[in-house]
Amino acid sequence: MARIGVVTFPGSLDDRDAARAVRLADGEAVNLFHTDADLQGVDAVVLPGGFSYGDYLRAGAISRFSPIMERVVDAARGGMPVLGICNGFQVLTEVHLLPGSMIKNEHLHFVCRDQVLRVENASTAWTGDYEAGQEITIPLKNQDGQYVADERTLDELEGEGLVTFRYVGWNPNGSRRDIAGITNGRGNVVGLMPHPEHAVEPGFGPDSRLNGRRGTDGLAFFTSAIRELVTTG
Amino acid sequence: MPTIVVHVMPKPEILDPQGKAVGAALPRLGFEGFASVRQGKRFELQVEGDVTDEVLTQARDAAATMLSNPVIEDVVAVEVVD
Repeated sequence: MARIGVVTFPGSLDDRDAARAVRLADGEAVNLFHTDADLQGVDAVVLPGGFSYGDYLRAGAISRFSPIMERVVDAARGGMPVLGICNGFQVLTEVHLLPGSMIKNEHLHFVCRDQVLRVENASTAWTGDYEAGQEITIPLKNQDGQYVADERTLDELEGEGLVTFRYVGWNPNGSRRDIAGITNGRGNVVGLMPHPEHAVEPGFGPDSRLNGRRGTDGLAFFTSAIRELVTTG
Repeated sequence: MPTIVVHVMPKPEILDPQGKAVGAALPRLGFEGFASVRQGKRFELQVEGDVTDEVLTQARDAAATMLSNPVIEDVVAVEVVD
């Protein structure tokens, strides 16, 4: 069975939800702690949402220097699948596994809503069970969610197909080019602001007449990674 | 105790939502004549002993690698204050 580690930093909020999502996708969730110096042999890692270290200095900035992140960076460079959700995405940019950065939402308000996204790249380690162009609805909740990068970086992301998710209908935080999530050149590292782990079980995710009573659109993140791990074994 | 002060500002090309909000509030309180506001950060590093070149270099390195994120921020000054 694929073993997926979920890292808990001081101030992580969604580590348990992420672990639950792994289990619902038929994976084994392994709890990792920010002070751990090894990854306990996991096959993939999720950096969950929250406010690690109170978002002091910058969102994700201090987590970058925790012992576990050294191991995660090494493993990611070796090709291990790593998913950063919200604060986890911020950590991935601070540690330079993904380009760009997040600043405060353009309108300065905390946003919490069900958000429609378009899957732009369905060939990453975390999106293989989606189809390119598919629209999904998962929760979004953040204060520092405005994705920024210089124009050259944005052009490179677009040109190489690394924009993985884009906001549809409304850009909730002023992110450049409606970018909600990106991947690295190898496709093993994915970061996004919205929360797939909150949309994995019927009745507990975005679930309305408008979106066709789905509410489980986030589950395929986890099944994608597990399927890839099992087949490449 | 000597102090090294590090000033960090959002890059000019990055929209500064906090500064914009502060700027919009100024005239509401009757403070007129300010075209815009940008909001940055000031760090005060207290130094044990003297501020040697080595200490100053360390402060500059810390400013560039940790206290600021070069994607969105510039270190605009590193200065010694007694």
